Amino acid sequence: MRIILNGETKECPEGITIERLLDLYKIDKNRVVVELNLHVIPGKELSTRILRESDVLEAVTFVGGG
Amino acid sequence: MSAADKIEKKTENTPLKIGKYEFTSRLFVGTGKYPSMEIMKDALAASEAEVVTVAVRRVKINETTSLLDYIDTRKYKILPNTAGCYSAEEAIRTARLARETGLSDMIKLEVLGDERTLLPDPVETLKATEILVREGFAVLVYTSDDPIIARRLENAGATSVMPAGAPIGSGQGILNKNNIQIILESVKVPVIVDAGVGTASDVSIAMELGCAGVLLNTGIALAKDPIRMARAMKLACEAGRLAFLSGRIPKRLYAKASSPEKDF
Repeated sequence: MRIILNGETKECPEGITIERLLDLYKIDKNRVVVELNLHVIPGKELSTRILRESDVLEAVTFVGGG
Repeated sequence: MSAADKIEKKTENTPLKIGKYEFTSRLFVGTGKYPSMEIMKDALAASEAEVVTVAVRRVKINETTSLLDYIDTRKYKILPNTAGCYSAEEAIRTARLARETGLSDMIKLEVLGDERTLLPDPVETLKATEILVREGFAVLVYTSDDPIIARRLENAGATSVMPAGAPIGSGQGILNKNNIQIILESVKVPVIVDAGVGTASDVSIAMELGCAGVLLNTGIALAKDPIRMARAMKLACEAGRLAFLSGRIPKRLYAKASSPEKDF
């Protein structure tokens, strides 16, 4: 199935959790905050939330800024 | 008590209260645009800032280092910003993401009007302030040096109003001291000058006016020697604060001799 991760279309297995998807793309889950279809997902739900076709995921982190 | 202790006691500074937090340092420093992460780390240390600003951006896939590897979050309070947001909606979304990190319920709200000036959009800024305050954020809000909008932001529940001294990254210093002074007389929340600082004297001027603090980034990060400039900014902040607390002499048009009149 296809989802959108940080603006890019990605192929991923059906029934994958957010945590597994982050692993797949080597994104450290402890360093990011995830938004699924514009809703912030609490860190503790990353391992249980299952992705569906066409889900839009944003994984953000802190970078330098003023 | 030694003479040095006495001086220390006399010039005693009160901590800066921002919502539920108290800070000894009144200098807030940004983390963007440094030549390297190592230099940033040393510059932050030299500035003795206790609050550092950060931005929220998409994580890069396969990225191995993180900004937070270089910032000790036990030592520094993280102040995430909503830089790059051009609507209340975007800024609110960014603020919610920032809070989910669990590192801060403070947000430096920045809703910009256009890319060329990076001036704040007052209508969207006010709208975002109202909503974020309702959601329990401590909102430190970037605004223009307009005293009326500053008051509106305070009334909307902002924890601090942060007028720009000059456009972001311009290094022009405090362009309108009069407006900053009127803001200081118009609002009760801490006023922190945010943006436009080019060099140490700009920080001193803001503090001499009675501002509660100064937030800057580019003035340090892009200086030829950021670490030394960070130190200069720290000292300027303290000097300006002490001068403000001391009560400056009034300005006079004509001279007034410092020595007694000649009597022989």
